[in-house]
Amino acid sequence: MASLKDLRNRIASVKATQKITKAMQMVAAAKLRKAQMAAEAARPYSERMAKVLANISSAMEGQENAPALMVGNGSDQRHLLVVATAERGLCGGFNSSIARLARDKARALQAEGKDVTILCVGKKGYDAMKMEFSSIMMEPITFREVKNVGFNEANIVGQKVLDMFADGEFDVCTLFYSEFQSVISQIPTEQQLIPANIVGSEEGEATEEADVSYEYEPDEEVLLADLLPRNVSVQVFRAILENAASEQGARMSAMDNATRNAGEMIDKLTLSFNRQRQAQITKELIEIISGAEAL
Amino acid sequence: MAEAFAFEIVSPEALVLGGEAIAVDVPGSEGFFTAMANHAPFMTTVKPGVINVQMEDGSSERIFVRGGFADVTPSGLTVLAEHATMLKHLDLKDIDDHIEKVREDMAELEGDRRVKMERILSQLEEGKAQVMIELG
Repeated sequence: MASLKDLRNRIASVKATQKITKAMQMVAAAKLRKAQMAAEAARPYSERMAKVLANISSAMEGQENAPALMVGNGSDQRHLLVVATAERGLCGGFNSSIARLARDKARALQAEGKDVTILCVGKKGYDAMKMEFSSIMMEPITFREVKNVGFNEANIVGQKVLDMFADGEFDVCTLFYSEFQSVISQIPTEQQLIPANIVGSEEGEATEEADVSYEYEPDEEVLLADLLPRNVSVQVFRAILENAASEQGARMSAMDNATRNAGEMIDKLTLSFNRQRQAQITKELIEIISGAEAL
Repeated sequence: MAEAFAFEIVSPEALVLGGEAIAVDVPGSEGFFTAMANHAPFMTTVKPGVINVQMEDGSSERIFVRGGFADVTPSGLTVLAEHATMLKHLDLKDIDDHIEKVREDMAELEGDRRVKMERILSQLEEGKAQVMIELG
């Protein structure tokens, strides 16, 4: 049985922990707001990009000289998995759920006899994956020193992927990140980057505009060849922004849970502390009384 | 008074400028053009340079863009720029830094990609010259 002093110490330490988790939750809430704003600010660009790509690619449909970034290079033997995670932990299952999704995919691909290479963006994903896949991991890209991850950083990743594709190091590239739904739910998502999966031509708006005889300068082919590499960077950027918002959301709810747990623990400890204090008083009283009676 | 139309200049990070304009001069890669209301649908890549927007209220805004593309429809103009800065906030040094970086990258490349980089570089320098003229 812990002594009164031990109990008092434990209560103090849990209270200190609670203060820290509470502060982390509030910091995460502030950062989340910022991350959400950044994600929202980036939306018009990527939406426009998707629409324009849908327009041009529907014009290009069925043509043989479509660029490899769009239709692939005819093979799907070698896969590159780009796993985007956070730089820091203490955010619930955020990092591990992305890593799990990527790991399952990597295992499935390997079981099919495909070659898999893994590129991690963010330290935590690298740490989680390197145990199992150390031989096929590439040097991770981390933005630890960068305070606000912007398009330039995304471009570094995008360029790297594009260079590798141009050098013929892989055939299919899949991106893993966590899509932000709300503070309590972030969905780990996989998205195929190369060949680009361009959807949206079924949407009424896009087809309507595609019907209008657009004039392209330079012509579609050149324009598309220019746009597709850019689209890779844009998609990576979007993933990074979604990740940033998800990470803060996950941390917020994780820290909220931790704070509540600490609260419960303090209640329990206080209860047993009081009980024990009472017991001790009773004991002392009994000792005094029985001492007096013995006289 | 000429008719106004909607325009937007967006970079991946934010909407740089949007609103109603009378005319917008854009440095297209195959030549400069001016977009006005009811322009025929038209799409082009944009080279580094200065976009000049004549706003509806008569004021004008100048924005430096570092490559991107423009989408013109009868209902409006959208410029998707990789980098866009209002000219008044622009620092020439940023452009110089970028040019220097492209030069360094280029030194390692050969063949097709080098040709491409050379084109980008010359466009950048042209853009810089344009900025210097605009800034006077």
